[in-house]
Amino acid sequence: MGFVEKKLPADAPVSAKALNWVDSRFPLSKLWNDQWGQYYAPKNFNWWYIFGSLAMLVLVIQIVTGIFLVMHYKPDANLAFASVEYIMRDVPWGWLVRYMHSTGASAFFIVVYLHMTRALLYGSYRKPRELIWLFGVGIFLALMGEAFFGYLLPWGQMSYWGAQVIVNLFSAIPFIGPDLSLWIRGDYVVSDATLNRFFAFHVIAIPLVLLGLVAAHLIALHEVGSNNPDGIEVKDNLGPDGHPVDAIPSHPYYTVHDAFGVVIFLTIFSAVIFFAPEMGGYFLEYNNFLPADSLKTPPHIAPVWYFTPYYSVLRATTSQFMYALIAGVAAYVALLILKSRLSGAMKMVAAVVGLAVIIGMLVFDAKFWGVVLMGASVVILAGMPWLDHSPVRSIRYRPTWHKYVLILFGITFVVLGYLGVQAPTAGRTLLSQVCTFIYFGFFLLMPWWSRAGQFKPVPSRVTFHPH
Amino acid sequence: MSNDKQVDSGRRVLLAATCAAGGVAGLATAGAFVSTFQPSERAKAAGAPVEVDIAGMAPGELRTVEWRGKPVWILKRSQEMVSALPKLDDQLADPKSQRNPDELTPEYARNEYRSIKPEILVAVGICTHLGCSPTTKLQPGPQPSLPDDWQGGFLCPCHGSTFDLAGRVYKNKPAPDNLQVPRHMYAGDTKLVIGKDEKGEA
Repeated sequence: MGFVEKKLPADAPVSAKALNWVDSRFPLSKLWNDQWGQYYAPKNFNWWYIFGSLAMLVLVIQIVTGIFLVMHYKPDANLAFASVEYIMRDVPWGWLVRYMHSTGASAFFIVVYLHMTRALLYGSYRKPRELIWLFGVGIFLALMGEAFFGYLLPWGQMSYWGAQVIVNLFSAIPFIGPDLSLWIRGDYVVSDATLNRFFAFHVIAIPLVLLGLVAAHLIALHEVGSNNPDGIEVKDNLGPDGHPVDAIPSHPYYTVHDAFGVVIFLTIFSAVIFFAPEMGGYFLEYNNFLPADSLKTPPHIAPVWYFTPYYSVLRATTSQFMYALIAGVAAYVALLILKSRLSGAMKMVAAVVGLAVIIGMLVFDAKFWGVVLMGASVVILAGMPWLDHSPVRSIRYRPTWHKYVLILFGITFVVLGYLGVQAPTAGRTLLSQVCTFIYFGFFLLMPWWSRAGQFKPVPSRVTFHPH
Repeated sequence: MSNDKQVDSGRRVLLAATCAAGGVAGLATAGAFVSTFQPSERAKAAGAPVEVDIAGMAPGELRTVEWRGKPVWILKRSQEMVSALPKLDDQLADPKSQRNPDELTPEYARNEYRSIKPEILVAVGICTHLGCSPTTKLQPGPQPSLPDDWQGGFLCPCHGSTFDLAGRVYKNKPAPDNLQVPRHMYAGDTKLVIGKDEKGEA
């Protein structure tokens, strides 16, 4: 087949001719229309739907500020701390770029946590959007890696000891652990070798993965279409033009909507950068303004706020708590065998796995299981599409008490986060252990509670009141 | 043509062999990249033993020296401190230093004070939980984050593990093991060598 270029009239504007020239060689207009311009989104989006676009904006901010920081930063244990102070004091406007980057990290997590809350509220992870959700969990993991690797780079006290603790988590793995953490550090302690490889991960390896996952997340979304606050499928109700009657093209409608959200976000973001860039020690910790000292751990070390819920789960796992965990695993296996719709073979598998876990809990240290639980508390999110068995997607048409379950989960998450920044005491440890049970219970019992109760009738059209 | 879809078994074998050879080469290359993560020769060479002069240390004095990038504590314990050690045995997770003795406690320190000379404790000041350096809490008595009957010892600021004055870990704490006693020896009465003993370098 020969190459056919669309013929435009001779008096067409130059811009139209140029676009036509490109479109014949690269699907520029098609990409724009598929991904945004003619992407039909449900018209009943509420303010929860701003956070996807905001996450994209923060990603761009982080990449741009990151590139400019790398121009002045030195990934060398002897020079790193001073080079960050050089950026802050001597590079013209360097403080602004650095504060944009450090505040951007916290903003990224705030935006992403709210974005995930939206998905929980309206069941956005349900069929056919499982892959969107899984790519999203991948993005979240990459983001956590990015934040962890990046936090070592200023080479302050918190950078150093935070990395020391997290890398040592791997040494808890039976048999291969100590060699594995040595391999990750590249030295017997966190050192220049560690700093250099973390720098490579932070500035190139993880960002590449992150961008790939973001592209996959968006392509999957635009393939199946967006969910909405009513949790109904707008594609079930097509108009004569072949587009859903309850959807509108993203451009110009959601372009304007998002631009408005961006203005509000940037107002708050700027206020933080200019007036509270350290956020009272939550965005940038005080101890990180001291150079790393391998001989002295600061008196109180805690991860940055966005990691603290998982960190609390780690700390909650003491050797006495292991007995509670064993009882929990035994009870859960009994529940699976007696009260689930799994096949006989699957129940056998559950019993064998449960038994193996209980034996493992008796054999290996609590330290190892703390690491396992901390990892599980993040990865368990990936199971959402298959754990939720409710007949409706949106919280709007679920039994009212489901809202309280969700609120209890939210409170548990915040309490775990709060406990993670506090010094451990006996009472706080007990509270974090209770919260750990509620946290995992929310997910693991979801197949049962999510289909219990009186569900409300789901409308056939979205709830929408024009302004 | 009808023989378009016939499989030429000779070529199929060549194809499989090529894939296998390519796979082996790919794995070997990946192995090289994975190996670059291991400690470099320079990092390995940097672990030379350290000599410390401990003349003139007062009882209750703690000195920190750097060995392989880690803090090593030298604590001169008073007579009362040493004699109080066996009384704590029932509160400790591993009072006799029996867990991982090869790694944590050299033979000459497998005694109730975990040292060569009863009054001089030599221990790596790195918590066996997740590698923070515990803070010294040598003063006995009630204080924040510590039990009221505190006998003096070390408190890890990260996850609250506590150790006694012989670096032995208390029961039901996140840290599973006692603090490591590095291989060390005396090269004279007041000269301590850390990272080396009669059997050679650690």
